[in-house]
Amino acid sequence: MQLFFLLEQVVNGLVLGGYYLLIALGLSLIFSVGGVVNLAHGAFYALGAYASLEIARHLGFGAGAILSPIAVALLGILFERFILRRFYTADPILSLLVTFGLALVAEQAIRMIWGAAPLPASMPASFKGNVVLGDFLFSRYRLFLLAVVAAILAGIWLLLHKTSFGRVVRAGIQRPDMVAALGIRLQPYMTTIVMLGVGMAALGGALFAPIAMVHPAMGAEIITVAFVVVVIGGLGSFWGVVLAAMLVGVVRGITIHFVPAAGEASMYVLMFLVLMFRPRGLLGERIEKFE
Amino acid sequence: MTNRRDILKAGAAGAAALGLPAIVRAQSSAIKIGHLTPLTGFLGALGEYAVMGIKMAAEEINAAGGVMGRQLDVISEDSVNPATASTKAQRMLEQDKVEFLMGEINSASAQTIMQVAARNKKLFLQIGARSDVLRGKNCNRYTFHVDIPVTVMVNAAGQALARQGLIKGKRVFCLTSDYLFGHDLAKAAKNFIAANGGTVIGDELTATDTTDFSPFLLKIRQAKPDLVATNLGGNQVTNFVKQYSEFGLPYPVAGFNLNTADAWAAGEGNLAGIWPTVWHHELDTPGSKAFVAAFRKKYGKPPENHAWIEYVSLKIMAQAMNATKSTDTDKLIAYFESQAEFDLLKGRKGYFRSWDHQLVQEAYSFTVKPKGRAKDKWDFLLFSAAVPAPNQPLEIINPAKDQNACNM
Repeated sequence: MQLFFLLEQVVNGLVLGGYYLLIALGLSLIFSVGGVVNLAHGAFYALGAYASLEIARHLGFGAGAILSPIAVALLGILFERFILRRFYTADPILSLLVTFGLALVAEQAIRMIWGAAPLPASMPASFKGNVVLGDFLFSRYRLFLLAVVAAILAGIWLLLHKTSFGRVVRAGIQRPDMVAALGIRLQPYMTTIVMLGVGMAALGGALFAPIAMVHPAMGAEIITVAFVVVVIGGLGSFWGVVLAAMLVGVVRGITIHFVPAAGEASMYVLMFLVLMFRPRGLLGERIEKFE
Repeated sequence: MTNRRDILKAGAAGAAALGLPAIVRAQSSAIKIGHLTPLTGFLGALGEYAVMGIKMAAEEINAAGGVMGRQLDVISEDSVNPATASTKAQRMLEQDKVEFLMGEINSASAQTIMQVAARNKKLFLQIGARSDVLRGKNCNRYTFHVDIPVTVMVNAAGQALARQGLIKGKRVFCLTSDYLFGHDLAKAAKNFIAANGGTVIGDELTATDTTDFSPFLLKIRQAKPDLVATNLGGNQVTNFVKQYSEFGLPYPVAGFNLNTADAWAAGEGNLAGIWPTVWHHELDTPGSKAFVAAFRKKYGKPPENHAWIEYVSLKIMAQAMNATKSTDTDKLIAYFESQAEFDLLKGRKGYFRSWDHQLVQEAYSFTVKPKGRAKDKWDFLLFSAAVPAPNQPLEIINPAKDQNACNM
């Protein structure tokens, strides 16, 4: 019985990992290609949640979940074009400062527009409740969430590995100088990467709004987890992030099974252990520009 | 080209505009009041209501001529965290020359401000923090407490649960926030459950930054309890309630802490169970109705319990200053300790107990209205009659001397 309970936590952790992935994958891509740790990533997640509620009020839940990430992705183009672009080759401390400042500005802006009080959010009644498969209990909504994440993941993988766009991006991660020497400007690619990255974060916000509280500081809450996942997974590796997200979800579930109070601390311990033995992360590649 | 005279004129006008309010203020020698409350962080949403409430009370009092002919000047600031709260309290007393301190929601920040008040021998009206230890083990002569302590919250919700037969002979699973307030709440809850014939089959601690409760929900399903009782703080309750509804577990749920703002944030159809509160906007007394109507008119939404408590707290201070004709700390303390009564816009008046400085007042429990009965998005809570019952003394829901000793 004990073993079964544990297994149930593992499966649940995998589902939760899928959700972490939605936030962490974009963060990792922006980091890998541009060399910028986007501390404002959480702000886009929060904006996604607020925008989805605003849209859902008029057009319903589905429209909110689809249109909000698109709107935020368009905002991401401006973010890349006018702010992030200036910092690719600058001292990393500058990009850290500017994205951190931007995160604070975004949080306060949300507080001024929508108020400090959290906003109510509900899922459509048909998503509520659980599904029992075998003896495992799943939230119906989270299974839907997992399906969405899987579809997005497949899309991003195909984009990176089966298109000419992906070939340039992957080459840009490893040898931006060689890409430039071949006469390819990386900037338009970077715009697309940022657009996709913040769009995924916004989708995460929109999909998690019915589960967790929608409040101004929600972005700051998620950015830490996302960053930990990226560090554990390692830079430049698609599957590294996937593996790390699942691992963080599973380790958290197992920890809560045995030592409930240590649940939130478990991912930091995991990060510590991984970095001790694999300083580049689980599947991190050796990237010249970061060494 | 702008000539020099124009620049001088503009500069003089600017200086006058900046300097004038200071002069006006100096002439009327306003009574300065230091007000600290969390405006950011996990209690920031409640602090926003707190500022709305105290601001409205100050405007009403000032429009009616102030206190002893002097205007009230409430200086509100974000208390941020316990360390900053204490620094700001000290600065308000030293530099801003405030007569006394008010505010707080966070129990840990309230604790540090209490120490500043005692050191400076100035009054602190502790408004919104609920930990028992503040008015028990760590009490001091200079602090008075307005909000109900956790024992009262446990009694208010617990009695409603006991009436529905959810305690006696039942197996209760507790989930507790891992910090001062949560531990305090869990202690009181376990005492109540044991005293009323229930068994606690699990008490799990959860970190205050937990947003995903799914592993805990699985453990609840594995334990198959008769009742799930939560001792969670701040926005954790909202997250838990939303996810409990998402997973659709069949066990009845209840909790010993839930602010109205957190209930409103849960969203339609997500909240269930039995919860305690200190005041609510549907309270059917003339005072509360007038307050709610004025608040709605000013802010466009109903007041949350933290708006109400700040509003009555400033009125309490105004009454004390008017009665003693003074802002002197010792005179104010003597007035409160005389157990003078205050109108709290509730059915019965309240008073501060002289031995632990706790305001004794009515409390309430609430459940959720059946689907389709809500008038608007604020109106889905169903409130019970006040506890204790009209024929019982107000004292009985509060911790007795031997349960929560306070030595000043």
